[in-house]
Amino acid sequence: MSEAGSQTVDSPVDDSRRKFLTVATSATAAVGVIFAATPFIESWAPSERAKALGAPITVPLAKLEPGQMLTYVWRKKPIFIIRRTETMVTQLPAHDGELKDPKSSDSDQPAYTKNEQRSRRPDLMVMIGTCTHLGCLPKPHFDAGDPTPSLGPTWPGGFLCPCHGSRFDLAGRVFKGSPASVNLVIPPYSFPDDNTLLVGEDGTKQGAA
Amino acid sequence: MSNPNQVTKPGFWGWLNRRLPVDAFIKGSMTEYFAPKNFNFWYFFGSLALLVLVMQLVSGIFLAMFYKPGETTAFDSVEFIMREVNYGWLIRYLHSTGASAFFLVVYLHMYRALLYGSYKAPRELLWLFGMIIYLALMAEGFMGYVLPWGNMSYWAAQVIINLFSTIPVIGAGLVEWIRGDYGVADATLNRFFSLHVVAIPLILLLLVALHLLALHETGSNNPDGIEVKTKKGPDGPPLDAIPFHPYYTVKDIMGVFFFLTLFCVVVFFVPTMGKLFLEPANFEPADALSTPSPIAPSWYFTPYYAILRAVPNQRIGALLLLIAVLSFFFLPWLDRSPVRSIRYRGWIFKSFLTVFTISFLALMWLGLQEVSTLYVWLARIFAIGYFSFFWLMPWYSRWDPVKPVPERVTYHA
Repeated sequence: MSEAGSQTVDSPVDDSRRKFLTVATSATAAVGVIFAATPFIESWAPSERAKALGAPITVPLAKLEPGQMLTYVWRKKPIFIIRRTETMVTQLPAHDGELKDPKSSDSDQPAYTKNEQRSRRPDLMVMIGTCTHLGCLPKPHFDAGDPTPSLGPTWPGGFLCPCHGSRFDLAGRVFKGSPASVNLVIPPYSFPDDNTLLVGEDGTKQGAA
Repeated sequence: MSNPNQVTKPGFWGWLNRRLPVDAFIKGSMTEYFAPKNFNFWYFFGSLALLVLVMQLVSGIFLAMFYKPGETTAFDSVEFIMREVNYGWLIRYLHSTGASAFFLVVYLHMYRALLYGSYKAPRELLWLFGMIIYLALMAEGFMGYVLPWGNMSYWAAQVIINLFSTIPVIGAGLVEWIRGDYGVADATLNRFFSLHVVAIPLILLLLVALHLLALHETGSNNPDGIEVKTKKGPDGPPLDAIPFHPYYTVKDIMGVFFFLTLFCVVVFFVPTMGKLFLEPANFEPADALSTPSPIAPSWYFTPYYAILRAVPNQRIGALLLLIAVLSFFFLPWLDRSPVRSIRYRGWIFKSFLTVFTISFLALMWLGLQEVSTLYVWLARIFAIGYFSFFWLMPWYSRWDPVKPVPERVTYHA
């Protein structure tokens, strides 16, 4: 509010015009700020190199025996690949009552794995080995009745997260009483042939599996 | 600047003061800034926090001269600092011990405010600036913890960043954006380095300036919780206040001596503080395929971590963690008591504050332990104690049988 100035005494200030110009200028500046901020915000998104390194990976399956697990890294995440024995598969529905989400209706998986075994092939379980609670690495405890205190004699075999004690079965389904709320995530995957697994690609274009 | 004393002053000092308000600043904030005369030892921790901030800046500047961010270089460069750089071990231990000292001093500083009601009107903004400093400090501490790129660093980053994935709808995309990759990676480490050494220290300095500006506007509270400004003597200054300099500068320097003695004992004799300040798992390089067991954050985060673990639902757990931290912000409006200081509060407030103190310390201890059914239940009980201090306050602070507040501060010379 400086002095009105000697030259404008006879032409009073047009307040509505001044207000309109102020608002219009501020709005334009706000849009400008958004545009100017975009490159800085976008710079934090995964770089082209990170995206390229996140390409699908091929896993040979020939040497994976029943009851064994392989861990591969895809997109910085451990991918658990388990060749389940027939008993492991047939036992899965037995403990449905102890699970938070037995039908995987609230969990994250490709449509083709939203079934009883959570897999494309009953024997082969593929999942992302990061706990859905806060991203730790659940440890395999495959033997039923594992002596670990938090598992105990009724334990059907599965995974225990060392960070906050979440428990998952051999289909990555979370047990009640775990801090995790949903089942382990299943990545997109496909089988180019019987002894090869491709993690990161559905293979739906080729109509595989 | 229009002060006539300064204009007439001769020589270099006068020349300087006509161009820069040095005298006016020293008078306004030191020699003629009046603080209540009844401060006790609880009033050491503000100046100590400032001291630790400066120590962290200096040791941090030197660490950044030798540290190399990047997933292949970070861990080795920290070992290089520890083994090869002259006095590198000392500079790093000063910095790592300084982080814990910072939180210890800030927690005691905050507790002082709880004891004497320093957050109450008219000091709400002063309290809020302090709380934002606390938040910035948590971010600074967390990111600094990630920089050595040990296995605990890596998994701490993994767990803490994943907290954001619990936000509905945008969570998954947000986490990827924070990490800059599909997992915690080189990109994450480099941006944390930038934020830790540039962005957050700048924000901290700005906030500290605002905190002090707000303090000097309202003046300090005191152990009696009485406004000293309202009772002025015939010559001007408040009757119950003394100039900050020399009285409190001298007092604070004594606090500095005590503090530095204890600090040096830790730096030289127990820099890891028995796994509490530096954890063994962090002396192994980051490994995306091996979670350290047990996993626990630094001691200054464990009260919140214990609350997070106590909830069997990740979204509600993360939400309660957030509320636990943010509850402090609402104190000025939750407290309906007519008195400020614990000296004149009744048994109800004292009981709730005791419950809060025990709960906070118990949660801190529980957060450092491995999960077990008993500890989860204990954490739930203490979490209720923690939250009830804040969210029942609007009622119990009103029902509290308070004592009459004296006219003048109580003071034993």
